[in-house]
Amino acid sequence: MKRTTITLFALLAGLGMANAETVAPADVTYEDGAIAQSLTGVAGNPTEGAKVISTKSLGNCVACHEITDLADVPFHGEVGPLLDGAGDRWSEAELRGIVANAKMMFEGSMMPSFYKTDGFIRLGNAYTGKAHEGEVEPLLTAQQIEDVVAYLMTLQ
Amino acid sequence: MKKFHGIAALVAASFTGAAIATADENAELVINGDIEIVTKTAAPAHLSDALDEVMSGWRFRSDQTQSMQMDDFDNPGMLGAENGAEIWATADGTEGKSCADCHGAPEEMAGVKAVYPKWNEEAGEVRTLQMQVNDCRENRMGAEPWGYDKSDAIDVEALLASVSRGMPVNVAIDGPAQEAWEKGKEIYYTRFGQLELSCANCHEDNYGNMIRADHLSQGQINGFPTYRLKNTKLNGAHSRFKGCIRDTRAETFSPGSPEFVALELYVASRGNGLSVEGPSVRN
Ligand code: HEC
Ligand code: HEC
Repeated sequence: MKRTTITLFALLAGLGMANAETVAPADVTYEDGAIAQSLTGVAGNPTEGAKVISTKSLGNCVACHEITDLADVPFHGEVGPLLDGAGDRWSEAELRGIVANAKMMFEGSMMPSFYKTDGFIRLGNAYTGKAHEGEVEPLLTAQQIEDVVAYLMTLQ
Repeated sequence: MKKFHGIAALVAASFTGAAIATADENAELVINGDIEIVTKTAAPAHLSDALDEVMSGWRFRSDQTQSMQMDDFDNPGMLGAENGAEIWATADGTEGKSCADCHGAPEEMAGVKAVYPKWNEEAGEVRTLQMQVNDCRENRMGAEPWGYDKSDAIDVEALLASVSRGMPVNVAIDGPAQEAWEKGKEIYYTRFGQLELSCANCHEDNYGNMIRADHLSQGQINGFPTYRLKNTKLNGAHSRFKGCIRDTRAETFSPGSPEFVALELYVASRGNGLSVEGPSVRN
């Protein structure tokens, strides 16, 4: 019994890492707000990216942004700019930087930092209102960031 | 304006709950065809750097939600105020006294809600209305204090708001209250939680914009307690603050905490000049 738990845990931990090339949030290098290198070395999947963007418990990007391509997802917000044509306006590296930590590109931006794990004030345990304990997970995983960027690149 | 009964309005509201209902931002609020409510006015001087005008949350709600507040028979929050009136007149505690024994009819308290939170010289602290009511309960009635934002406390607050409706919010921010006001202001502009959002990000920079299915208001508290169609009860301002901070993925503060008392004073002061309109109706 005990042994299975340990094996399972090791397996899950391994999956969480995605692969050896994953860049941890603290190790990301930004250049003028952009991140040149893939966070995982695995190409992003735009279909998964669209799901992350429109799902409330994931990126929930549509809370603030309208995207015509995702018009069948209800309730797009208007806090941030329309994302149509984002893949035209920005390079892949710039989009990776914006999604990972928009404050590097837009100083003081209201947009949350999706790949950041420190510097928070009164960090909570998700939406419980209670204090966070233990290791901090970024809002999105490295691969989810790559998937979102891949989707944004399709918005030409 | 055609009137309909509160229950009918509630049912209708829940059917349209899924659609984004846009408000008529130019509508004016007159309650019972009699009490004129200022829902939009020039920002108080201390806010003039940030806003030109301050607006009640009423302006941002759908026509249907707005109309529920126009007649006390349609306003489910008035049931709480009615219960508050009963509590007001009922003796409690070791002294065998009711609120009415010292204060007379609730109408005698007109104007009180408009100036709270307020500095209490004897206690040397800023007090919210609920804190003051609990002080009366403990020290004059010999009764147990009510839990913060709990139903009896909220119903009596709703009663006291209702008799001040139409009067301008006018909380003092200088003198001995200034320290708490500064603290509240700091909280208002702090970007809490993993989403790193401050009250100002949503309610100062983005009022009028949709955030997902919600039409952002200025987050004013002149309408508190508010009856929310979403949870079908009267809600206190501190409970609302708690929810908003929780939604930034932050460790929130508790209703009645010194942080929320300070924040209530600061947020109330942002609405100086708007009318007291609680108990109000919101979604
Ligand atoms: C709480 C609001 C909010 C959320 C949530 C949000 N953003 Fe943003 N976003 C903004 C704002 C505001 C800007 C404008 C930048 C600025 O000036 O601050 C922006 C800018 C952007 C831009 C550049 C816009 C352009 O084309 O010029 C992209 C791309 C973007 N966001 C993508 C995303 C993605 C993808 C997500 C989710 C993973 C997301 N945003 C979530 C508020 C938000
Ligand atoms: C992420 C966005 C967001 C943040 C940050 C936020 N709020 Fe809100 N708040 C909302 C939404 C959405 C509503 C419901 C619609 C409305 O009334 O604006 C709301 C409603 C309110 C209301 C009710 C207004 C009424 O008329 O019923 C108050 C008061 C309020 N917020 C105060 C605050 C305070 C104080 C803070 C900071 C401690 C804060 N909010 C932070 C999104 C936010």
